[in-house]
Amino acid sequence: MDQVLFYAAAGLAVMSALVVIGQRNPIYSAFALIVTLCSLSVIFGLLGSPFIAALQVIVYAGAIMVLFLFVLMLLNVKREADTPGHGGRVLGAIALALVAVLVALAGGVLMRSEPGPAPAFDASTRRMAEILFSPHFLYVFEATSILILAALVGAIALAKKDY
Amino acid sequence: MDQPAFVHQAVLLSLLLFALGTLGVFLRRNVITVLMSIELMLNGANLAFVAFSRSAGTLDGQVLVFFVMVVAAAEAAVGLAIVIALHRHKDSLDVDAFHVMKG
Repeated sequence: MDQVLFYAAAGLAVMSALVVIGQRNPIYSAFALIVTLCSLSVIFGLLGSPFIAALQVIVYAGAIMVLFLFVLMLLNVKREADTPGHGGRVLGAIALALVAVLVALAGGVLMRSEPGPAPAFDASTRRMAEILFSPHFLYVFEATSILILAALVGAIALAKKDY
Repeated sequence: MDQPAFVHQAVLLSLLLFALGTLGVFLRRNVITVLMSIELMLNGANLAFVAFSRSAGTLDGQVLVFFVMVVAAAEAAVGLAIVIALHRHKDSLDVDAFHVMKG
């Protein structure tokens, strides 16, 4: 059952990712990206990480994608021009070749590695909170709030009309 | 809890998503679509973190995914603000329109 659900979500993720990069209208790209993020959330859930799965939907599909759609509609984005950018095709082909090598290497390593004995795994929200607020990660966690504040101030300063 | 049989496939899927994101960065000419491709790459990395955390049985990977999400949110906010400023300046979103540092 889990296996079937995994392959369904994986197929959906790959297909919508193809739509994201193949679509010339950025609004459609954004909606396809939301589908990718939600199917990835399903996969996170299947991998036993309910906290990350929920965060994926709330933060990514909720907050970040709304920001993207907001900017797309604010700027009234047109369809991309049909002419390919100079060198874009060549760079794309090089990137594709490098990526094919990477996938082949990783696939080879993964096929050869034996699945080890299943370790005990508990990624419940309670466990995650205990780790995030342990002295090990607490200061990093608090530092992210400063990062968010800096990003907020920076975004306002950059997008302001006259500065 | 048993280890699911698809941890390896999840790592392969993360590679595939990262690859598609890289392709999008090179092939698309709209700045916002390029930013969305970068989000795709970040999600590929997140999936690899979760899959390896699952197979190793430790939660450090999950904590890292949490921090990646926080940084991605900050990146999207600042990146899109820069896109708005560029659009006001050049009245275009084509990456080829932004080829001078000043002017």
